[in-house]
Amino acid sequence: MESDIIHIKYALDTFYFLVCGALVMWMAAGFTMLEAGLVRAKNTTEILTKNVALYAVSCVMYLIMGYTIMYGGTEGGILPDSWFGNTIANASPDEVLAGALADPDDYSYYSGASDFFFQVVFVATAMSIVSGAVAERMKLWAFLAFAVVMTGVIYPLQGMWKWGGGFLDAAGFLDFAGSGVVHLCGGAAALAGVLLLGSRKGKYGADGSVHAIPGANMPLAALGMFVLWVGWFGFNGGSELKVSDIGEANAVANIFVNTNAAAAAGLLTALIAARLLFGKADLTMAINGALAGLVAITAEPLTPSPMWATLIGAIGGVLVVFSVITLDKLRIDDPVGAISVHGVVGVWGLMAVCLTNGEATLSAQLLGTSVIFAWVFGASLAVWLILKVTVGIRVSEEDEYQGVDMSECGMEAYPEFASVK
Amino acid sequence: MKMITAVIKPFKLDDVREALANIGVQGLTVTEVKGFGRQKGHTELYRGAEYVVDFLPKVKVEVAVVDAMSDSAVEAIVNAAQTGKIGDGKIFITAIQEVIRIRTGETGDDAV
Repeated sequence: MESDIIHIKYALDTFYFLVCGALVMWMAAGFTMLEAGLVRAKNTTEILTKNVALYAVSCVMYLIMGYTIMYGGTEGGILPDSWFGNTIANASPDEVLAGALADPDDYSYYSGASDFFFQVVFVATAMSIVSGAVAERMKLWAFLAFAVVMTGVIYPLQGMWKWGGGFLDAAGFLDFAGSGVVHLCGGAAALAGVLLLGSRKGKYGADGSVHAIPGANMPLAALGMFVLWVGWFGFNGGSELKVSDIGEANAVANIFVNTNAAAAAGLLTALIAARLLFGKADLTMAINGALAGLVAITAEPLTPSPMWATLIGAIGGVLVVFSVITLDKLRIDDPVGAISVHGVVGVWGLMAVCLTNGEATLSAQLLGTSVIFAWVFGASLAVWLILKVTVGIRVSEEDEYQGVDMSECGMEAYPEFASVK
Repeated sequence: MKMITAVIKPFKLDDVREALANIGVQGLTVTEVKGFGRQKGHTELYRGAEYVVDFLPKVKVEVAVVDAMSDSAVEAIVNAAQTGKIGDGKIFITAIQEVIRIRTGETGDDAV
């Protein structure tokens, strides 16, 4: 009887993990739609191609080496024990039962393969963050080449430092579901790319003026936001790793409530901030605000009360609006606001852990934040630079004017309409 | 015979059509156009950055009337299309040399 319960708990936790992973996989669709909505029509096919291809690159690279790097590391270490190889392993029923008898609090309570599946979709999320920021002017194949290094090495190594039990974890750095490991990581890689890539033609005037380049499809952007919002329940909820007893079930439910509350608050504060600053209700800012709320709560969705979660998300929503404006003043052109949403608000999320989690220390959070940023930004800058001097990362001025749909993919998203401008 | 060409605000089209029908106008031609006058374009904000809309959407209404109806048609259009704010549009009146109804071959006032 006891063993039946362990069987069922194992099955339930594995099932929960897999469903959460599938929800996170769905975030790839959210990013794809969001980005397709916020670029111009002439760049739609290319951004879609980038998104579907980067998902596939992430899955392949993480299987070949990323997972091994991230979860094969030494306790408290900096470098992984091995770089390649298959570390996906399911425990046998006997092993699970023996483990549960030996230590009921610490045994393999879900399938090893389900752990891989849950982790691989996180990599794809981090990589998706980059594609929006470099949209409308980057070469498709240069981007995918970067994706290979990012998902194979850059992301897994810093992931190992925290979630793989590496030195950041040992230092007491807390990042529940990845405001740092996933979102700041994606934002830092995006920032490095944008700095080397330059702004879209026509975005900034010689006199310092900023020209808007409105996105082509607001319905897609709004749909993308809601898809991401749904996926985030898997992202944060699944990161609890377990649901099969009363305490864990309560924790998971709290995480869902907090995640939702932070997103709603972020949307509202961004919408209101945009209304006060610009005089109109800017939908794209509201969308960024919801995502900012989600990023902000991701580092610690469990310990805050729902009211704290609301406040943490609300601050994220205001931050993102000012960050978008500030990046434009610095002439850092990010068509979808990815650097602001994931990078800037990711840092806020990591700091906000200290507000509600008694185990967090500001020094450990600052250490984790700076290490992740320095590593990902530095390594990404090097890779982008190598790509820039070898194959080039930017399309020609004429191709950019015509739209990268034609130059990179040879097809338009909406061929029955005139495509230029 | 006169050709009355009115460039008006799009949301006033239904009112203008009704006003012209009420004074006995038998037909008109409508085109969606863009342009600028003293209203110029206007600027909008997207994510905090300005963009300029140079040409504003307007509706061009063309009505052919007999000379006797010209003044009342103009008056009907002015009354119906006026908001008093900048951008209400303009009316141009030109003489028509000849009008022919294609179905019957009628010409002149009979064809209007």
